[in-house]
Amino acid sequence: MCLAVPGKILSIADSRDLDPLQRSARVSFGGIVKEICLAYTPDAKVGDYVVVHVGFALNTVDEDEANRVFDYLKQMDELAELETPAKEAQ
Amino acid sequence: MKYIDEYRDKASAERYAQALAKITTRPWIIMEVCGGQTHAIVKFGINELLPKQVTLVHGPGCPVCVTPLELIDKAIRIASQPGVIFCSFGDMLRVPGSKHDLLSVKANGGDVRIVYSPLDAVKIARENPDKEVVFFAVGFETTAPANAMSVFQAARENVKNYSMLVSHVLVPPAMEAILSSAENRVQGFLAAGHVCAVMGYTEYYPIAAQYRVPIVVTGFEPLDILQGVYLCVKQLEEGRAEVENQYTRVVRREGNAPAQQVVGEVFRVIPRKWRGIGSIPQSGLGLAPQYAAFDAEHRFGLQDCTVEEPQECISGEILKGVKKPHDCPAFGIRCTPEHPLGATMVSTEGACAAYHRYRRV
Repeated sequence: MCLAVPGKILSIADSRDLDPLQRSARVSFGGIVKEICLAYTPDAKVGDYVVVHVGFALNTVDEDEANRVFDYLKQMDELAELETPAKEAQ
Repeated sequence: MKYIDEYRDKASAERYAQALAKITTRPWIIMEVCGGQTHAIVKFGINELLPKQVTLVHGPGCPVCVTPLELIDKAIRIASQPGVIFCSFGDMLRVPGSKHDLLSVKANGGDVRIVYSPLDAVKIARENPDKEVVFFAVGFETTAPANAMSVFQAARENVKNYSMLVSHVLVPPAMEAILSSAENRVQGFLAAGHVCAVMGYTEYYPIAAQYRVPIVVTGFEPLDILQGVYLCVKQLEEGRAEVENQYTRVVRREGNAPAQQVVGEVFRVIPRKWRGIGSIPQSGLGLAPQYAAFDAEHRFGLQDCTVEEPQECISGEILKGVKKPHDCPAFGIRCTPEHPLGATMVSTEGACAAYHRYRRV
């Protein structure tokens, strides 16, 4: 039940007369487009990626943070390279 | 697909696995709470990438699995009534009650419908004013904002024929119940990423401090889980017991404020019975008094009742991380996805279903 999928906001329904809690968007999941409720992501804009669960966007995906998993890996690699010469010297 | 494919990169996964092997010096037992994580671990064979000293046990993070038998029976009783349209997420349909499941009610002519979102159930209620539309609101904190919104909207628009059968459970009390149990062997946790996307992770600080366990908020793709395990093992090796966030691209420390607000308005915290574990105080959500009219249990006058579980099923022990699916004598023989004895085999997120599907016996 925890499965939420990231999708890209293609368009947001004109919400001038609508209650912010009923704000909705067309979101694309790799080509499959669904109508998603943006009540919980009031700052989400067209082009943003959101994580969607049972028809609701729960949060926007932070692009910078998304790269952290890979940066961490690179750091670990660099650290490993620094350690190796020391071990060889022993 | 962006934000999915790159987290399934095999080379990166292997590098994480190697880094993990380098820092592991002792055996550690780590529990991942969420059923979605269990599924990813088994599907991508992450267990096999880990060093032998690191054991991942599966927790009770499958709301379908922990919904008590009596609630399934109540759902069946409501769905069997004429004039009722019973709506549910798909995976509840085949969970066995005492005698039947919801799918057999449908097969016998009951109007049981699978919906993607609880808002779809409200729509059905608007379109069928002469019927009683009931939604089976099962889930953890991740699903509570959606379920809360359905009641919130129904109340505001006066959709009188809509009600919810609530089976909501909360993660932190379940973790505490496991940690405080005499048979507990869990030393660290991977907290459920999407639960934390909603709730934030400040609730875990007192748990980490009291029980001296590292808790790493983790995502659902292979690289997320591997990094989560890496960070957890690193803490254990260094003798730390902190709350850390691996899933930073989605989870913020305070969580989602508007979602918490609507949940707080529509629901209140109550004790809940967890199938296979028993009653845990303050571990569930029920409708707040001002929304009691939308409670299906009241509307259909269903009394409390207790039901006996099938003897052979060891779902409870699996949900606590004490046993694994292949420890069960019925696994794959008398209990299969087609003929499940218990919820962990039926639910797509259940540990037994995951093991059976990906053949890791």
